[in-house]
Amino acid sequence: MVTPKSLAKQRKAGKVMSVVSIAKLTEAEEMLFSAYDERAEKSSQSDAAIAVLKANGLPTRRVESWHYTDLRSVLKNVPAEVGEAVSGKVDTLVGNASLLALDALSNHEKADFRFDDAIGQLNGAFATSGSSLNVGAGEKLESPKEIQNAVEGKAAHTTHTVSFADKSSGTVIERQLGEGGFATSVTNLKIGNEAEVSYIIVQGKGVEATHLGQINVTLGADANFTLFVLNTGGKLVRQEIRINVAGEGSDFQLRGVNLIGDGQHIDVTMDLCHNVPNTTSEEIIRNVVTGKGKGVFQGRIAVAQIAQKTDAKMACNTLLLSDEGDFSTKPELEIFADDVACGHGATFTDLEPSYLFYLMSRGIPEKEARALLIKGFVDEIVEDLDHEALEEAIVSIIDSWLDQNG
Amino acid sequence: MLEIKNLHAQIAEDGTEIIRGLNLKVEQGEVAAIMGPNGSGKSTLSYILAGREDYEVTSGDILFNGESILEMDPAERAASGVFLAFQYPVEIPGVPTMTFLKTAMNAQRKARGEDELATPDFIKLVKEAAGKLSINMEMLKRPLNVGFSGGEKKRAEILQMALLSPELCVLDETDSGLDIDALKIVSDGVNALREQNRSFLVITHYQRLLEHIVPDSVHVLYKGQIIQSGDKSLALELEANGYAEIIGKAA
Repeated sequence: MVTPKSLAKQRKAGKVMSVVSIAKLTEAEEMLFSAYDERAEKSSQSDAAIAVLKANGLPTRRVESWHYTDLRSVLKNVPAEVGEAVSGKVDTLVGNASLLALDALSNHEKADFRFDDAIGQLNGAFATSGSSLNVGAGEKLESPKEIQNAVEGKAAHTTHTVSFADKSSGTVIERQLGEGGFATSVTNLKIGNEAEVSYIIVQGKGVEATHLGQINVTLGADANFTLFVLNTGGKLVRQEIRINVAGEGSDFQLRGVNLIGDGQHIDVTMDLCHNVPNTTSEEIIRNVVTGKGKGVFQGRIAVAQIAQKTDAKMACNTLLLSDEGDFSTKPELEIFADDVACGHGATFTDLEPSYLFYLMSRGIPEKEARALLIKGFVDEIVEDLDHEALEEAIVSIIDSWLDQNG
Repeated sequence: MLEIKNLHAQIAEDGTEIIRGLNLKVEQGEVAAIMGPNGSGKSTLSYILAGREDYEVTSGDILFNGESILEMDPAERAASGVFLAFQYPVEIPGVPTMTFLKTAMNAQRKARGEDELATPDFIKLVKEAAGKLSINMEMLKRPLNVGFSGGEKKRAEILQMALLSPELCVLDETDSGLDIDALKIVSDGVNALREQNRSFLVITHYQRLLEHIVPDSVHVLYKGQIIQSGDKSLALELEANGYAEIIGKAA
């Protein structure tokens, strides 16, 4: 049997390649594995993480959850140099937000590592730093906290740990920045009973960047959690959202906007588990695809046998503005309880011609009318944030994307 | 002001001819009513004037202030002064009414080489015009026409007309779906906009609207042609005798 320990021993003895047998390594796999072998700082955990990855290789389309993002073939190469993500190079998204530092990871934070998928494995093998925030019981954050994760050119891996204790509340903004490079960023978020939390992920990287993100959330009883995800940048992006609804009476809201331009591949994959009775969730994803952009939304909702009275709704709406663009959506409901209300819907449309005609008949030129309609399509769900400054900041990011791509 | 010359037009998709040699002249400041039975081409005519792509003009011409507008897209026509008040205004989710109004007003100003409106001036203009039409400002914060009642939608159309101050207003069955009170508010709104250098083309099925908006001329449209023209008494005649007699005479 291959265990992390035995692998570590074998590695020391230089035997690792002989116990691991996968097909010929891709260039990216070779670079990743040799980068790990050259790492000075290793732990039994990072060894365990890389061991699983070495055993399986990067996921291909044959791995169901990676079917639409064949990482092994699309990840052509990764930067040889592993560096650190940086924070504080740009202003916070909203004026009154305070920036959280990026620090070396503590053992406690490493204990949260999950190696059950490729992003977790890569992150577990390489992450050395991250931000952390612990909001105490009953504490109300007056203004948002912001995590900045900027990666320039090289590879960088971070793990962020956030917890909201019982009856606390607040907003956290996670910004994924930088012009290029290869990043994994995993966030582990624990939300206590009766806590009210908004978490905003804003990924606006450069068009050469590869970004693999993951957020793992555990939701306590009677807690309210809103997650907002905005993807506008990156060449190859996957954002995983994994929600464990573990406390009765809790509510989860997901709003996602993916603006996908020519040459970009953006994948949002959600795995939502309603594990206890009387919980609710609603997910609305809006996508805009232009040029040869490619997008993916996979939404899995699992309802455990005991999770009676679950009310879960999911919608994925896509504006396909180009014949060469591509968007795949896969809803998946796995329901073991018998008294639930679960639904999903997906639409794919071009801009509605009667809307366009109406706007133009008022003197709005076609390009401007199209932009107004695209903006309306995505702004509609930004309003659900119910936080004026944040809405404005996000809408202005959307506006500048539309100026360049609309 | 508006001159439609031997116009032929068809549905672009299947080639069905709807307008079959239509001639019409509307002078500056004139209120012309177009009446006709269902299926005579009334709404089609309004869409063709506004430039909707679903229809294709196969021959003839539409001159507006002496120039053909056939090559202009809907936005260019609007900027040159044509306004269509829709029979069924569409609901556009996600686009706040105020944003829409401001974009439209500024786009037209820009097309005419004027400066854009500053926000306070814009809001003042909207408040004034909205007040006259009993539209409250809360309604205008909502997405365009979304959840508006039938009457609110028609009032919003007239509000846009007032703010964009076009030279030619085409009203497509503006009375449909209105109760008496709403009809009065809407026609008062239209009448307030009547002036020397603004013309109206009022398309309607019933005479009822013309009691409120009194026309200078009335034209009967049937099978894509104007088969009879007259003054406002023609509308009363139609109301009394129906379309059959006039159609019979024309055939």
